[in-house]
Amino acid sequence: MLSRVADSLYWMSRYLERVEHTARLLDLTLNQALDQSPDVARQRWQLTLASLRSPEPETLEAYPVTQFLTFDTQNKDSLVSCIMAARENARQIREQISSEMWEQLNHLYLEVRSADINSIYAQPHGFYGPIKSAAHMFQGITDSTLMRNEGWHFIQLGRSIERASATATLLDVHLRSLLNLPEQTSRGQDYISYVALLKSCTSFEAYCQTYTADLRPERIAEFLLLNSELPRSVRFAVDSAQSSLEALAKLSGARKIGRSQRLAGKLRATLDYAQVDEIIADDIHSFLQNVQRQCSLIHTAIHQQYIAYSVDTAMVA
Amino acid sequence: MAQPNLTDPKSVSAFSPPFANYQLDAAFDEMFATGGTPRIQYQALYHRLLELVPSELKQRQQTADVAFLNQGITFTVYGHDAGTEKIFPYDLLPRIITSDEWETIERGLKQRITALNLFLKDLYHDEKILKDGLIPRELVYSCKHYRREMRGLRVRKDIYVSVVGTDLVRLNDGQFAVLEDNLRVPSGVSYMLANRQVMKKVFPGLFGSYNVRPIDHYGQALLATLRAMAPANRPDPTIVLLTPGVFNSAYYEHTFLARQMGIELVEGRDLIVHDNVVYMRTTAGLRRVDVIYRRIDDDFIDPLAFRPDSILGVPGLFNAYRAGNVALANAIGTGVADDKAMYAYVPQIIKYYLGEDPIIPNVETYLLDDDTQRQHVLDNLDKLVVKAVGESGGYGMLIGPHSTAVEREEFRRRIIADPRNYIAQPTLALSRAPCFIEGQVEARHVDLRPYILYGDQATIVPGGLTRVALKRGSLVVNSSQGGGSKDTWVLF
Repeated sequence: MLSRVADSLYWMSRYLERVEHTARLLDLTLNQALDQSPDVARQRWQLTLASLRSPEPETLEAYPVTQFLTFDTQNKDSLVSCIMAARENARQIREQISSEMWEQLNHLYLEVRSADINSIYAQPHGFYGPIKSAAHMFQGITDSTLMRNEGWHFIQLGRSIERASATATLLDVHLRSLLNLPEQTSRGQDYISYVALLKSCTSFEAYCQTYTADLRPERIAEFLLLNSELPRSVRFAVDSAQSSLEALAKLSGARKIGRSQRLAGKLRATLDYAQVDEIIADDIHSFLQNVQRQCSLIHTAIHQQYIAYSVDTAMVA
Repeated sequence: MAQPNLTDPKSVSAFSPPFANYQLDAAFDEMFATGGTPRIQYQALYHRLLELVPSELKQRQQTADVAFLNQGITFTVYGHDAGTEKIFPYDLLPRIITSDEWETIERGLKQRITALNLFLKDLYHDEKILKDGLIPRELVYSCKHYRREMRGLRVRKDIYVSVVGTDLVRLNDGQFAVLEDNLRVPSGVSYMLANRQVMKKVFPGLFGSYNVRPIDHYGQALLATLRAMAPANRPDPTIVLLTPGVFNSAYYEHTFLARQMGIELVEGRDLIVHDNVVYMRTTAGLRRVDVIYRRIDDDFIDPLAFRPDSILGVPGLFNAYRAGNVALANAIGTGVADDKAMYAYVPQIIKYYLGEDPIIPNVETYLLDDDTQRQHVLDNLDKLVVKAVGESGGYGMLIGPHSTAVEREEFRRRIIADPRNYIAQPTLALSRAPCFIEGQVEARHVDLRPYILYGDQATIVPGGLTRVALKRGSLVVNSSQGGGSKDTWVLF
């Protein structure tokens, strides 16, 4: 597979994962604001912005922040910017993906380009819901139409790395406030925050099935960080990234273990053998920071190994 | 609404709805013979249109438009913001060509491409045709698409032009004539194929009732043509399509064809040349490339050999080509044979190399570096069409009867300043075909671009791109100038 094509597949998938995540966070934040005082709502927006690693705009009022995170094309992390970037990547390699995938993505693009903040603000769920569905649909179409070749694995990689990194950031931002809550905080407010965190990872129902509805921060941390069966957990995403890297190494006929494989294997082992009480007792903040750093190192290693290798090294091989 | 009488088509006025605005004049009408009787091949379509209520037609047009938009079948318009995408307007109604008409077209085009390939070989080797004085040397050497670098360079199997799109028009008497040969990087074939796909979705019944020759095998035929070009020592060649990239107006077509053929779509930056061998950069390392179907103009293909400021090309590609390690389709320097002034000589070229008369005639053409012809043209600018010889896509053109005095003055100045750069032709009333326009069926001017492949033998997929000037009265069919297209049915 052409290196440029692999790169575009990776980024297309990465951007779409970001789209889904952003749409879900915005949907939730706007929905929660219904139960919150203006001050609490502003704090909540702060959390959302930090979870998306977005710079904080001048004001934290719902309307302008929603506009900024959704439609502002100057903001390269806004929902619309990400959809455009995903589509642009797909457009450059559209002969490599199935027509069904392209049509789905193009349809999503046309939908969001025809909307604006005023047309959606009265009923935001009617806008963000379909975007999440469209992203899921894209994954489903990919799953049922794409050959299981290198391209498939680069798509999986883009998604897993983005997900591992985004979930680690989200946990980091939320746990910092949740674990340090003063004892006397009202249970009601607590509960809303816990539910919000779980729902940010579509994991609320799964949590209840695993631990009952007794919501505790250390359990939430364990669930979202270390659970091996939850598709949104950091560990699950890293497992998936590592498997894709193994498969890629086999498909490209590499004779020795590449740097990306080694880094992913190391991170996977860390998460496989970690225990949540030790992490919390030690320093969960630096643990999560390290996960994010490792994700970004893996990303760079993939790029150097498969995409931007120097011609001299290739000629020698 | 008049009730059609199916046994006697003459009893139905050509001007019943939805044909109320349909006009016949001197231009050849594809659907109606003189007097308003539908031609035999159009009768079934005609009666179907009388039966359909306008709202139904409209709804089918919408279905078609949505299909194009969702599939992203778009082209880019130059001169607008970079990357402006538009759908290529699609007209619902098919253009129908009978088996007899096609037989002539096919023979004529094969003859033409065979002669043009011989001509190119001669021009870049022995120059017999120049020595025999048939074509003035100045005309060849002053052509901006003539490539001195190709002198004496043997191309694989002497095939210079593998892919051609020839523009045909139909004159008032119904005869087809060649308006233009496109021997460099002709485009539009993807629209021919996409139009057929959409047609089958929108009018399945009508399509099924006609006995239309299939065109879906174009991708395979193109692949076989390219395979025939591979260097002799490469039995299982790697073939790629080289695109200028996503901002090129025909990018959709490049992706479409690469997919149809199952070959890699590469950009210049994906290719590197090492020791005169071309490689592409893949996730599993460098992989050798044997045949390049290039959709980049000569000028941009190799910054070391041609324009040094090109970032689309591949440095060193021309040397690899010269060494015979890679084949290019089409060859470099084929543009000299589709220069609009050279066009005037094609009938003689056919006669010279094949000893045959042209099966499809040319359109009468005035060469402006000839004093008498130039004077005639300058005196009649308001009646003629003037074209710049090296331009395509409907740019750099004056249509006399539709021009303003200021435009004519401008062209007069340009012609006198650089006569070699222009030709003139009579303003042709291109034939007209029925089109679906705002709920009615109206007549619009059309041309026809069949695609000819020339590998081990010449093949033409039975069909072509029928381009339509959608603006009433307009004669310009180019997509960049408000043109659209329709499906073209060649009958068995």
